[in-house]
Amino acid sequence: MPKTDSLQGSLDLLVLKILSRRPRLHGYAIMSAIGEMSDDVLRAEEGSLYPALHRMEESGWIRAEWVTKDTGRRARIYELTAAGKKQLAAEESRWVTVTSAVNRILRTV
Amino acid sequence: MALWSRISNVFRGERLNRDIEEEFEAHVAEAIAQGRDPEEARHALGAAVRRQQESHDARVVGWLDSLRADLVFGWRQLKRNKVTSIAAILSLALAIGACTSAFRLIDALLWRSLPVDHPERLYALSRQGIGFNGQFGSYDSWAYPDFQLMRATVKGQAKLIAISYADRADITFKTDQEMEKANVQHVSGWMFPDFGIQPALGRLFTENDDLKPGAAPYAVLSYDYWSRRFGRDPNVVGQTFHFGDGIYQIIGVSEKKFTGTEPGTIIDIFIPTMMNPRVTRQDSTWFRMLIVVPPGTAVEPLRAKLAAVTHAFEAKRLSGETGLSPETLKNVLNNETLLKPAPTGVSWMQEEYNRALGALGVLVLMVLLIACANVANLMTAQAAARAREMALRVSIGAGRWRLVQMVLVESALLAFLAAASAALFAWWSAPLVVSMINPPDNPARLILPADWRVLGFGIGLTLVVVLLFGLLPALRASSVRPVSILKGGDDPHSRQRLMHGMIALQVAFCFFVLLIAGLFVTTFKRLSNKPTGFSAERILLLETTSRPAQSPIYWDQAADHLRSIPGVERVSQASWPLLKGVGWNDSISVNGGPPSVDLAYFLNVSPGFLETMRIALIGGRDFRDGDLYNNTAIVNETFARRFLNDDNPVGKAFEIASDDGKRQPMQVVGVMRDAYYRDIREPMLPVVFVPFLHKDEKDQMLPEKEETFVVLTAAANPMAMASTLRQEVSRVRPEFHVSNARTQVELDQAQMIRERLLATLAFFFGAVALLLAGVGLYGVLNYSVLQQQREIGIRMALGAQVGDVARRVMTGISVAVGIGAVAGLALGLASVRYIESLLYEVKATDAGVLAIPCLTILLAVVVAAVPPVLRALRIDPVAMLRVE
Repeated sequence: MPKTDSLQGSLDLLVLKILSRRPRLHGYAIMSAIGEMSDDVLRAEEGSLYPALHRMEESGWIRAEWVTKDTGRRARIYELTAAGKKQLAAEESRWVTVTSAVNRILRTV
Repeated sequence: MALWSRISNVFRGERLNRDIEEEFEAHVAEAIAQGRDPEEARHALGAAVRRQQESHDARVVGWLDSLRADLVFGWRQLKRNKVTSIAAILSLALAIGACTSAFRLIDALLWRSLPVDHPERLYALSRQGIGFNGQFGSYDSWAYPDFQLMRATVKGQAKLIAISYADRADITFKTDQEMEKANVQHVSGWMFPDFGIQPALGRLFTENDDLKPGAAPYAVLSYDYWSRRFGRDPNVVGQTFHFGDGIYQIIGVSEKKFTGTEPGTIIDIFIPTMMNPRVTRQDSTWFRMLIVVPPGTAVEPLRAKLAAVTHAFEAKRLSGETGLSPETLKNVLNNETLLKPAPTGVSWMQEEYNRALGALGVLVLMVLLIACANVANLMTAQAAARAREMALRVSIGAGRWRLVQMVLVESALLAFLAAASAALFAWWSAPLVVSMINPPDNPARLILPADWRVLGFGIGLTLVVVLLFGLLPALRASSVRPVSILKGGDDPHSRQRLMHGMIALQVAFCFFVLLIAGLFVTTFKRLSNKPTGFSAERILLLETTSRPAQSPIYWDQAADHLRSIPGVERVSQASWPLLKGVGWNDSISVNGGPPSVDLAYFLNVSPGFLETMRIALIGGRDFRDGDLYNNTAIVNETFARRFLNDDNPVGKAFEIASDDGKRQPMQVVGVMRDAYYRDIREPMLPVVFVPFLHKDEKDQMLPEKEETFVVLTAAANPMAMASTLRQEVSRVRPEFHVSNARTQVELDQAQMIRERLLATLAFFFGAVALLLAGVGLYGVLNYSVLQQQREIGIRMALGAQVGDVARRVMTGISVAVGIGAVAGLALGLASVRYIESLLYEVKATDAGVLAIPCLTILLAVVVAAVPPVLRALRIDPVAMLRVE
């Protein structure tokens, strides 16, 4: 498994979380969803999002599928796999641990 | 799963890139649909497009991808130099294929263990020393009573198994008119259980089937024969057939894997040893002995024990033979008994072809090395042409290993393309070689499996070949120094030294191959041009059997009938044809003296045989009707010289001295020219022809079981009459049956099957070696002219003469050729003693033999050198200088 830094880690977490709530989204929709749901505080760069998607696909956390939309254009949509669900749980608990640790430090200082 | 998808991605690279691109397009379209500025959306994605490579990289395993790239690149390189690539692939394919084919043959005949339980425990017993014929040799046949004594002595320590020589016999399933041939073998009843062979049908023999002489007329078929002759009919069990004087019942079929213990012959029918009429005879040796030595038994003490038993047996038996000379007796009893490992079985073909196949194996290996040297030179020349490319790759940071990989992949691609064609060649050629071992009526049949052993050999060989021709050029290419290339060229001499070294190697191997091929071809020519003493042309031989035996009068009637058939010029009879390879010998006694140590060889012939075979009578007369065996003989010159002091032998008397002390008086009525009797390679034997008519003590005419009708036909192709005459013989008397119809020419040629095979294949590979070496020479010369054209141009501008230029081009290569030729000669002379037994009346040091490789290589050098030298001479100094 490739080593992930914390930023990438949080991008993975966001993507996995969004896909767990709203399965079968394409890349642009995932990007928009991150913007919408964070009230435009967070923004996923295309340049990070797609490599992340492909990497997670290789890791077997998400799977992709080509579908033809009403417009006739093909789109590549993603959904969570069983392994992805496990990964999400792990990432979520890691996130909680990290943020609560950070919060503790912020409160203490 | 993830790794697998990455590996599969390697081979889907193009599609993957398109997928990613399409996904990005979809992204932009979506962004525009959402009201974003197209320009801005594309721009935002720009970073992603730049990272498309990164996305792709995430999907593939790096080195595999580079391998794929190298394969594609290598393929393009091969395609760019189409002619040279095809030449390289073909020459490698031929060489690898020939090597694999040789491996298949050698493995199948000599290396592959018998498919029995514990083949490593098998040993064969043989004797070595001076035999009854006064010749030193190795004998592996035994008498049954001797075998029984030995078996009883070592009971519990080792298992002795008697297995007769495969006999190409006449057998009949229905009436005598439907006689057919089958390989019949007598085996000990306990052979199948001791070998752990299971029945495919019915049952196999056990010890109980081999207890008393003539008690168990049963037969076991081999799986191969059951399939070929009966189409695997399960009802075959219980059927009967005639063989010899008996009727046998089929009781079962042996396991498929077991085809007998004689590689080169597939046994059709097994019969218990006790069914052989000679099983009770002390003086008849007719089978080989295989011994299963269990792990607990030491071999040498076992051998000593067996040797003691057989020595005592022979001493006792021979003490009763008053007809033997004391010298022969002493020689025979001094024979050594040998116990040799025999995990691969024992066969005549192994002995006959062991060295021949070894020699061929070495020749094809040499051809392979020549081909490798050629391709290595080709790769070196190409590497030189690509020096700039390599330098560029190094300057932009390609690692050394990366370059080695690139060149090696190209070599491997070449080699594996060659290996694929080689597999086809080996698949086709190995059975072809076996089919060239085709004595009339009894062609060799060798099981040639194409299994993991052969496959492993082929793959291993291909890898070795890749390293042989690919590694050196790869290492050279990778060690390129960009600075020297950019300065205008590295040291060209080092590259030329490598190529000249390769040329020397090629010439050495080529010289060797040609020398050996010359020896084989000369051997074959000497043998086939050798006068046999008779004329084989237009002679048809009808080897005829009769059941029951018939009086000679009836045989003569049959001959008379054949004479009346149009197209037949002459007919006479003999016990068997000359050069069939069999013989009847006895000692001779002159003037009541002791029996001779030298043996004389006998043949019953009818009046007119000399004339039919066109053997010249040089004194006395031919046989007449009514001449009796008991007192008339025609002897050859060698006989007259050896036994009768040569002075006018006609009218002289001698005696045939049998081993048991009986003497048969004979009188010489005629002397004939020497003619070969049994084998054209052995020295001329003293031969006596005697009449058929043979009266016993009670003045009764002895009947004859088999005779050969020797028919001289009017037509040039005697075989054309074979089927007619076959029927006519049986028409005279239904008891007569022609078991073999063949021509004397076939028999003559059968004497030289091995020599013809060796000569044909060695000639072929000699030609291939010469061609490859010639192509290699041409390539290197051409390359060096291209390399030196600047220099040559300058020299010519400065007034160099034609001769100077030619010498300049040729010097290096001539030295290489000279060194190679000397090395090849040394190699050839050093190894020729290993093949001495395959040669006939020819030595490696004969001037004629040495001239063959010298002249052909010289010729090849000249032919290969002409175009490059002409090219050098046509260099226009002005044009060359202008380029600079």
